[in-house]
Amino acid sequence: MSTTAAPVPGASREQLGRLEEHWGERPSLRAWLTTVDHKKIGRRYLVTAGLFFALAGLSALAMRTQLARPESRLLSPQEYNQLFTMHGTAMIFLFATPMLFGFGNFLVPLLIGARDMAFPKLNALGYWIFLFAGLFMWASLPFGAAPNAGWFAYVPLTGQQHTPGLHMDVYSLGLLFLGIATTAGSINFIVTALKLRAPGMSLNRVPLFVWAIVATAFMVIFALPALNLDNAMLFLDRRFGTHFFDPAAGGNVLLWQHLFWIFGHPDVYIIVMPALGIVSAVLPAFTRRGVVGYVLVVFAIVAISIISFGVWVHHMFATGLPRLSYSFFSAASTIITIPSGIQIFAWLATMLLGRLVVRVPLLFVIGFIVTFVLGGFTGTMFALTAFDQQVTDSYFVVAHFHYVLIGGAVFPILAAIYYWLPKITGRMYHEGLGRWAFWLVFAGMHVTFFPMHLYGLFGMPRRVYTYPSEPGWDGWNLVSTIGSYLLAVGLLLVVVGVVHAIRRGRPAPPDPWGGDTLEWSTDSPPKSYNFPVLPQVHSLHPNWDESSRESMGAGAEADRILADGRTTLLTSELDGRREREVEMPGSSWQPLLLALVMLLFFTAMLFAWYPVAAVAAVAVAGTVATWLWPPRRPDRELGVSA
Amino acid sequence: MSGGVRAATGTAALTTELPVGRSTGWWGMVMFVVTEATLFACLLGSYFYLRFQSGDQWPPPGIAPPTLLKPLVMTAVLLPSSLPVIWAEHGIRKGQRWRLRAGLTATLLLGLTFLALQASEYAEKLHEFTLTTNAYGSLFYVITGFHGLHVLVGLTMIGWLLAASLRGGSFGAHRHDRVRNAAIYWHFVDLVWAAILFTIYLSPRL
Amino acid sequence: MDTRADPTTRSRRLAPVAVLGGVLALAGCSGQAPSALDPAGSGAGRITDLWWVLFWISMAVFVEVMVLLAWALLFRRRRDARVRHGQPLRFVVVAGAGVPLVILVTVYALGLRDLAALGDGPEPGATTIEVTGHQWWWEVRVPGVAGATANELHIPVGEKVRIRLRTADVLHSFWVPQLMPKTDLIAGEVRETWLRAERAGTYRGQCAEYCGTQHAHMSFLVVAEPRRDFDAWLARLGSPAPGPQTDAQRRGQQAFVQGSCAGCHAVRGTGADGHIGPDLSDVGARWSIGAGAVPNDGGHLGGWIANSQTVKPGNRMPPQPVQAAQLPDLIAYLQSLK
Repeated sequence: MSTTAAPVPGASREQLGRLEEHWGERPSLRAWLTTVDHKKIGRRYLVTAGLFFALAGLSALAMRTQLARPESRLLSPQEYNQLFTMHGTAMIFLFATPMLFGFGNFLVPLLIGARDMAFPKLNALGYWIFLFAGLFMWASLPFGAAPNAGWFAYVPLTGQQHTPGLHMDVYSLGLLFLGIATTAGSINFIVTALKLRAPGMSLNRVPLFVWAIVATAFMVIFALPALNLDNAMLFLDRRFGTHFFDPAAGGNVLLWQHLFWIFGHPDVYIIVMPALGIVSAVLPAFTRRGVVGYVLVVFAIVAISIISFGVWVHHMFATGLPRLSYSFFSAASTIITIPSGIQIFAWLATMLLGRLVVRVPLLFVIGFIVTFVLGGFTGTMFALTAFDQQVTDSYFVVAHFHYVLIGGAVFPILAAIYYWLPKITGRMYHEGLGRWAFWLVFAGMHVTFFPMHLYGLFGMPRRVYTYPSEPGWDGWNLVSTIGSYLLAVGLLLVVVGVVHAIRRGRPAPPDPWGGDTLEWSTDSPPKSYNFPVLPQVHSLHPNWDESSRESMGAGAEADRILADGRTTLLTSELDGRREREVEMPGSSWQPLLLALVMLLFFTAMLFAWYPVAAVAAVAVAGTVATWLWPPRRPDRELGVSA
Repeated sequence: MSGGVRAATGTAALTTELPVGRSTGWWGMVMFVVTEATLFACLLGSYFYLRFQSGDQWPPPGIAPPTLLKPLVMTAVLLPSSLPVIWAEHGIRKGQRWRLRAGLTATLLLGLTFLALQASEYAEKLHEFTLTTNAYGSLFYVITGFHGLHVLVGLTMIGWLLAASLRGGSFGAHRHDRVRNAAIYWHFVDLVWAAILFTIYLSPRL
Repeated sequence: MDTRADPTTRSRRLAPVAVLGGVLALAGCSGQAPSALDPAGSGAGRITDLWWVLFWISMAVFVEVMVLLAWALLFRRRRDARVRHGQPLRFVVVAGAGVPLVILVTVYALGLRDLAALGDGPEPGATTIEVTGHQWWWEVRVPGVAGATANELHIPVGEKVRIRLRTADVLHSFWVPQLMPKTDLIAGEVRETWLRAERAGTYRGQCAEYCGTQHAHMSFLVVAEPRRDFDAWLARLGSPAPGPQTDAQRRGQQAFVQGSCAGCHAVRGTGADGHIGPDLSDVGARWSIGAGAVPNDGGHLGGWIANSQTVKPGNRMPPQPVQAAQLPDLIAYLQSLK
């Protein structure tokens, strides 16, 4: 294995000392609570999302255990319905997106050669909100008040009349709360990628993972408002008696579905897109070449982001809308396969033209291709209205989206865990353990979900807490349940592998894989300031390119060391031309404080303590006002004439 | 105060605030406004969706079509309120603090007038229908109320800028990012009102 | 379900699935499944044909991808760590966009053809059945016929029958996999679909849109029968329920009409005319109790009357204060209603 060392830093020892002084943090509780370091925040995102994944996974195991036999009474319907709702909601909102945002947080500044995100405090705020919103939603489960109407929460079932209690208030308020974090994170990614790239990193040298994250962030910006509005209207209908979804008073139940899926379909790509970016990031190191057709892949990413907004009605093919609109949305849903096909074949070409190094990350990428391609086939089938009407809301669709989401997101995430673990923790993982984990996860996934295609076709609807034995679905269900335990063991082995690496793994060199991007040009784990010298980028694969590497070593210039303060560089949006240095904020209590008052606000809204909510809203405004309050500076520096 | 002199003449002071390229704050605010605009687009889209899915009569029976006089006055108050902000921003770019203070005060007054007018509009409408009368009532109050909330947030930003500029040591020719970002938000709030005027008040007459 | 496709063609068609299932084959096939791959009506039949086209296309592309992957894994193991370049864009564009485009256009055309076929409903004067979804049962009525039944509807074989769908509460979805794809029941609106069975038989249907606690137990049966039998069913639906024949049944009827039952349930021709729960005029002939929750026999019926919450937790019927002595009479009476 290539173990190219990081270049000898071009910064002097004295400069390194000053950098450490400006960026370093001594470990303490205070430092832990106030940090704005994107690497720490990224790690927290990963761990927290991992915990929510475990909770959602255990919910699924309980469900599979219930479904192992027909007419089982292990879980009551009320329990089962909360579990399946929390499983879906948490996997989508509290695991997939935050996990990928965690990788984005850790990696984007490293990939583009910056010292932090554009808005470090906002980044910290985003994490705390994510954590609190996740706890807010999960805390309802022990009280039997968890959301219980499915992750897409169709009205009128979710109205006050049909679902009294806090269940759906937890859902709507929890998602609104979480939405703040997702929006803030997305804006942060966009601005970071636009302005903080190392000098020389013009748009055609931006790593594909960063393209994917930015495209994702743009989708969030345009898609999430629809969900937020939907949830706000649901909450108003439930709590304050408005009639948006009440057909008896001029409302319309399909309005919920339209808005939900205008968000919901882009959300599929919001989840899958960064994961596809991971695949493009992992492949070069293990095929010893860049991804074939960089421009085509970028085009595919952009095309998917745009087309994904024109396909939402394919989730409503059974609601009886006009046939003409079905023809249109069917066509759009069919066409969106093409950019995905381009990416798949670009990766295949990369593998065929490269030289494969078969390590665990590559295994997961291969597992991804096999699984995601199958999910893509069934996806195309769902684009055909007539076929969709037959298999939607059956176990066939459950099989389909688990192939897409486990294949398209979880496998790449697992690849990413193994690939970047040395960078994140500074330790190597155990290869044998990793291989066992891969085979168990791969086998478990297919044993669990493949049969669902079959019993879906055989007529078993989704979201049933039990089923009779006469239709003969029981054998297949038992197979699925056995598979789910295999999958769980495999995932447990992943955790064991990570813990083992942290405890016992041998120290990782800066560049264990011979990777092509900038994160491999600095220490494992990176210092608090990421790069002793900010690079001057000369190509798409800076770590494979002598001049880019040299710019951080012998070719270092003082204006890329920036040891005089906590600063990083701003560059131009398109060409990555150097513009100016910018001062970065240091650790602060404000993010945690602001997230706490927001938590108070949403909790007060949940329990209808409206005066408390009003006070909390004022506190939010006050905290933001203090946060952004301009520091006092002498007139000369400000440039004041009168 | 040699430290102050150094801070004022060091490379950081001389280079960081020269207007080279867009700042991160500018991009952040633009992206925020984009996502907010999408939210309003969804909200107004919902209005039209419910309108065209419901019966022939809109507003529904029992509710008169909205009268135009007051909303037009509100428009006449709110839309021009962007002008003093622009004038103030141009002033502070030249280092003229008095223009900043005067412009912000003017906008603040116009914004408050708008909110007062909206309150009187509500006082009138609440006799006719409320949030819970039917979907039309829900749409009317939620759309205008949500916009009113944005005006309130915008005014808080303007007031906050004014407070900071009155304190002194906040803004100048080299440091006016916050003024520019708040101005972007205020222009956005103004433009949204135009869309709401069209949707709520004009479109039922079409 | 008493009518099956010819078993040999069925198993031959399922063969690829079984091969794919590989190790899963031991779990056995679904003898009684309301399988979309075993259609009995023209609507579902089209989808089955479409499925096999899609299946074989998918298999072909999948094999292609697997061959390429295997090729890379077998012949592209590392020999040296040198970084390579070269951009075979033509391969990516042709294999990733060109070929898929041709396939997708074909498949889309097929899909449109079938969508049009599904939309080709019955003639204006065709038999119409009105189905209303309730949490968690199906109310079945026929326009112009006085009575109602639940969780079972009859159709004449070989005719397109219009099904008019409404919901009394939340969204449901009407799905008979062997006859016709789904149509959702939308609150505040009326939806229409149609059924046409090519051969007589009973076909299982089920609610396919999650509708709350007991979504799992919201099944129904479609009975396709010759026109003559169907007309007889219509006649039964329009006439009063059979009167009690034995003393036990008479006592049961009295208990039913005078007790709490009549508050929610109707039995035609008696004083019981509640409309909250299903009409019970033909309950003795139904295939199940509680829309598929339990079989319809004396024991289960008694358990249901005494406390249906233990049978179908969360359903709308509260536990009944029936005296132990009355229970056998009630069972006898209800079982006589057919």
